[in-house]
Amino acid sequence: MGKSFNTIQFHADRCDGCGDCMTACAQAKAGTDDLAQSRIRIVPAGGGVYELALCRQCGDPKCVMNCPSGALTKNAATGVIDWDWGKCVNCLLCTVGCAYAGIVFEAEVGHVTKCDTCDGDPACVKVCPHGALEYKTVAGIFNEYGDKEDLFAPGLSACQGCNSELLIRHTLRKVGPETVVAAPPGCIPGMGTVGYNGKTGCKVPIFHPLLTNTASMLAGLKKQYNRMGRDVTMLALAGDGGTADVGFQSLSGAAERNDQMLFVCVDNEGYMNTGMQASGATSFGSWTSTTPVGSAMKGKSTEAKNLPVVMMMHNCSYVATASTAFLEDYYAKLEKAIEASKHGMAYLHVYAPCPTGWRFSSAMTTQVCRMQVLSNFVTLWEFEPGRGLRFTHPVDRPRTIEEYLKLIGKYKHLEPEQVAHIRKSVHDKVAFLKRFAAADAAAAAG
Amino acid sequence: MRNSKYLIVGSSHAALEAAAAIRMQDPDGALAMVTRDTRLPYSPTILPYVVSGRSEPERILLRDEAWFADNAIGFVRGETLAAVDAAARTARFASGAEWRYEKLLLATGAAPAIPPVKGLAEVPFHVLRSMDDAVRLRDAIATARRAVVLGAGLIGMHAAENLAKAGAAVTVVEMQAQVLPGYFEPDAARMIERAFAAKGVTMEMGRTVTAAEPRGQGCAVILDDGRAIEADLLLVSTGVKPEMAYLAGGGVDTDRGILVDDRMRSSAPGIWAAGDVAQARGFYDGAKVVAGILPNAVEQGRIAGMDMAEDEGVKSFPGSVPLNTYTFFGQQAISVGLSAGGEGREVHETVGEGGKSYRRIVLEGDRLRGVSAINDFVDAGIMWQLVLRQVDLSAVKADFVARPLETGRMLMSRIWR
Repeated sequence: MGKSFNTIQFHADRCDGCGDCMTACAQAKAGTDDLAQSRIRIVPAGGGVYELALCRQCGDPKCVMNCPSGALTKNAATGVIDWDWGKCVNCLLCTVGCAYAGIVFEAEVGHVTKCDTCDGDPACVKVCPHGALEYKTVAGIFNEYGDKEDLFAPGLSACQGCNSELLIRHTLRKVGPETVVAAPPGCIPGMGTVGYNGKTGCKVPIFHPLLTNTASMLAGLKKQYNRMGRDVTMLALAGDGGTADVGFQSLSGAAERNDQMLFVCVDNEGYMNTGMQASGATSFGSWTSTTPVGSAMKGKSTEAKNLPVVMMMHNCSYVATASTAFLEDYYAKLEKAIEASKHGMAYLHVYAPCPTGWRFSSAMTTQVCRMQVLSNFVTLWEFEPGRGLRFTHPVDRPRTIEEYLKLIGKYKHLEPEQVAHIRKSVHDKVAFLKRFAAADAAAAAG
Repeated sequence: MRNSKYLIVGSSHAALEAAAAIRMQDPDGALAMVTRDTRLPYSPTILPYVVSGRSEPERILLRDEAWFADNAIGFVRGETLAAVDAAARTARFASGAEWRYEKLLLATGAAPAIPPVKGLAEVPFHVLRSMDDAVRLRDAIATARRAVVLGAGLIGMHAAENLAKAGAAVTVVEMQAQVLPGYFEPDAARMIERAFAAKGVTMEMGRTVTAAEPRGQGCAVILDDGRAIEADLLLVSTGVKPEMAYLAGGGVDTDRGILVDDRMRSSAPGIWAAGDVAQARGFYDGAKVVAGILPNAVEQGRIAGMDMAEDEGVKSFPGSVPLNTYTFFGQQAISVGLSAGGEGREVHETVGEGGKSYRRIVLEGDRLRGVSAINDFVDAGIMWQLVLRQVDLSAVKADFVARPLETGRMLMSRIWR
């Protein structure tokens, strides 16, 4: 129970119907170019649009339920629906159960066929020239880390729908028990991680520095552990206020010295824990309690500072942005950041839309996270000295900025010129980063 | 008296899906599955393949002992339900065993319906509903020279094919004018009949049997035109009837089967029914029907189990749609939904080159009502969903009629995304 599985994802917007996937499948499965042997089928939908017929390896597989011979079974280890020719009687009842055309009969083949994901290395995905097929292995993260101990106590009292709790539980599982956590004032200590009445909400040493001295304290602690010969990770879980505003002086100093630590900024664009005051990370136009909406003001009148770019301009060993809607991307970056923190400063900037402070439904957090990225309101990238800046989830055809803004109550009042301003600033920010990425790519090639 | 929060009687598709659905919602509530059969669960649908020798009786089991242990389900075999006291919530079995339940699922399936033919009780004949029946019939086919099959439904047609392949002279007698009535229109049925005739099977369509008489080790059946056909093997496959004699004491409303609502609840509180024993809503006109087909048993079992376990995700039964996949002499026949034309219906029939394939699409306005096809594969699962969801085909109607396979796949892919 509770195991997750890998899956083949189809991006219809990238498919041009070339059919390479079908040929590769027929070759892999039957050593022929006869497309009747392919278990993946690209179907023209008119107007240059293509659809897909492929086994979904369902969690509640109707093909298995409808099979009278026991020939179809859900493999508990891989999640693949296994088909046993020795037991199959070709009754086709499995095809009655499947609403995806994932298991079909071809006269040339003589029996039903279905995708077996090529034992976890699907041939179709490898040959797709447009990235329209993607083998999603994110399930492995849940299987691997789900079994590890959650190093935060149960019962933290984050707001309903908050993704910060999800984020910190994931993060500490991965960083592991040999860690000291600094949680400066903000939502993360506020939800109980540093504890109450002499008990902590965390199973590793955790402390509550001032907003101003988080990075300095971790730098000092790390030096002491190094002196003792112990390999302990210094982890800051700070808000955007504790990073971009009040905490910036000590962070900048630590980054300048490239002190060994993993500094995670959980950016919810303001002081959401103390009554939704604006911070330097609050985006233009946002309603907050200190940038109200009325006859004189229409929300925040200045841009957010782009802190990850500021950190990139320091002497860090690793800088990246991340979103909890793209956990595979986050885990890959976390792995690099942990490694980098052994030698110097690793800085992760994670976007954390706040249902309470931003005024959206608690059920919508992940959707808001996803739309931030898909609209280019935020971009996912990483920076490594020597390698430069690289986009990790480029969005070439972004959703409109209106699609993102309309999800969120703090933008409800925006006037058309404010929306236009945001559209332009999003465009400029992406263009700015693209110039870095292009220059770095050219340098690497040259 | 034994106690179980959930008591499931029967052990085939409906029972198994109900048990799985209960365990999804309620991992701990006591759950017992009691069945008349002495074997681990198997599907009645597999039996023709046991008869043909394609499937070994021990290799087609749907669950093993470990599954019952892992899911904390008590599995009791060899117990035939004798009576249900709906008011006291107790079930009594033929052995004398008594169970008290909170929630009871009747998934007892169906038994062969034996037609009232004079002399039939005095002659040896086979039926095919249990594994024991299948093993007996398999062994008898090996030595049969002349065989008569009464009834040209799925069971009868499968057996006739097996008999012909084993070298017997086979006669199929069907009261209606065609094979597989209800699933295929006469044109399609003719194609199937021709395939059988080509293999030497005598097809006596539109004939009834007036009497059966013993002849040596075998028998003779007398047709309504007076002819007598001798056989050393007689298979009676004239349909099935729900197995519900245990409800003779009253308390649960029955008609042709156990009457159930869209959550598979019977008229008695605490009693559900699903699968071949249940009489549930038909999709097209809402009248309650005994569907007697595997995919409907799966759906009904799941719904019953979810409702019994008070799973909030339970959805109402959309109604039975006739569904049939049938393979004969290496050819494939598929039927989903209505096949008959009629008032307001638009029928598109295509016959392939040389009469080797056939396709019939029945539309009503812009909605698909049914598809049947021979040697022309369509995704039955997609067609079933297009019927159930009453998907508007107006934008793609011509494409759908010309290429139902590709158009259906395109539509469902789009709908799922």
